[in-house]
Amino acid sequence: MNKFTDFKVPLGLTLIALTLHGCGKSSSNASTTPAAKTYVITLTNVTANQPIAPVAMVLHTGGYQGWAAGAAASAGLEMLAEGGDNATFLSEAQASADTLETATATGAIAPGGSETITVTATDSGSIQLTAAGMLVNTNDAFSGLDGLSLDGMAVGSSILGGMAAHDAGTEADTETTATMPGTGGTGFDATRDDTNNFVTLHPGVVTSSDGLVTSALDQSHRFDNPVMRVSVKRTN
Amino acid sequence: MNHNTLKKNVLLVGMAVSALLAGNSFAQTFTVKIDNLSNGIYFTPMLVAAHPDTTHLFQTGQAASTSLQAMAEGGDTSALTTDLAAVNATTSAANLTPMAPGGSVTTASITPAAGNTHLSIVGMMLPTNDGFVGMDDVEIPTAAGVYTYYLNAYDAGTEANDELITGGGSPGVAGIPGCPAANCGTGGTGVTTTDSNTTVHIHRGTLGDTNSTGGLSDLDSTAHRWLNPVARVTLNVN
Repeated sequence: MNKFTDFKVPLGLTLIALTLHGCGKSSSNASTTPAAKTYVITLTNVTANQPIAPVAMVLHTGGYQGWAAGAAASAGLEMLAEGGDNATFLSEAQASADTLETATATGAIAPGGSETITVTATDSGSIQLTAAGMLVNTNDAFSGLDGLSLDGMAVGSSILGGMAAHDAGTEADTETTATMPGTGGTGFDATRDDTNNFVTLHPGVVTSSDGLVTSALDQSHRFDNPVMRVSVKRTN
Repeated sequence: MNHNTLKKNVLLVGMAVSALLAGNSFAQTFTVKIDNLSNGIYFTPMLVAAHPDTTHLFQTGQAASTSLQAMAEGGDTSALTTDLAAVNATTSAANLTPMAPGGSVTTASITPAAGNTHLSIVGMMLPTNDGFVGMDDVEIPTAAGVYTYYLNAYDAGTEANDELITGGGSPGVAGIPGCPAANCGTGGTGVTTTDSNTTVHIHRGTLGDTNSTGGLSDLDSTAHRWLNPVARVTLNVN
């Protein structure tokens, strides 16, 4: 049986963080005792040559946002995106009243590799998934899923989505050896010296193969969206 | 199977999300929020239009209209607006000045005239020769709710992507009309003099270079590139 066919939404719809908030009022009418919902989340690195540092995952309701395009990254997101350390990002999430549960991948996921994590949360209303993990051969790029709605998923159903590469806007994209953890350089640096001090989608890496002679990267490190595939199956 | 599924996903990345709910013939009042998700590209004033299903501002694989060309090469939406008026479309301006990376704009409330069931959005991307961000003929949901769509960058196929800042914004005049962030170079010799696909197509992105006083391009490879999608549209249907 194909586990991806039972959720009847065109696949393209879930790419990048699809946020489709239906009419919020209607669901709250049928109030019942909150039940635990279990989600099995499988992350697959679909880049050519960008290991992705441990991915932080947050199950939450509508009030939490891990980042917003056009707004400055939190300190936790900066640390995650520049150095791959997701601890502060997760503690920031845990401090939010709208966060239901957090989890982390156990390690970096290599290109072509996968990891499956099971997360359980209890809420009678909407549940969304936010996830983020650094592309380690970059200055401050992260694979990001911003509030994928898990509403309406029946037990046994799955959804499949893609994660786009974001630029945290916290470190200049110099691509030099000294500034990227993947090349042995410095990871997190509190100085914010990017062109934009806010989150955008990532423009991609230029690399030395394409004329940026100061870059420590080569053609193999280039990427396009999506950079990570995410499947979510509700099992309870 | 997983690979097949992924392949479909890749092909669909950034495409406009179509309406999930069955529509009826009565268009609803709504607002349109546009977020510039790009890292270094500005959007000139965006044209937002509700129109009949049969109307297209552009279609991939089809040659651009002269009106679309004027928008894509110079940011001028006046001819497109005239075209839309001819089909009794309901149009709305969004940003009145170029929208910077990270920028966001929300239209005033739009109440489409009867029959204007579909939505299209276009705006020029600067600095490019004839690149634009676009949404083509998406059905407007009739159920109240918030709907999110991601938009790709298109090439109008009407002007060679020479990547030279010449001020040329009129249709048929080579070059890029301006550099909003004043971070472009000069003295480039030109990336190309031809545009092999003369229909509207997904933009291949800019090449740029790291030579601010020469090289092929006046654009900066570290500042003016993008990956799709480049914009997010949030439709709030009342």
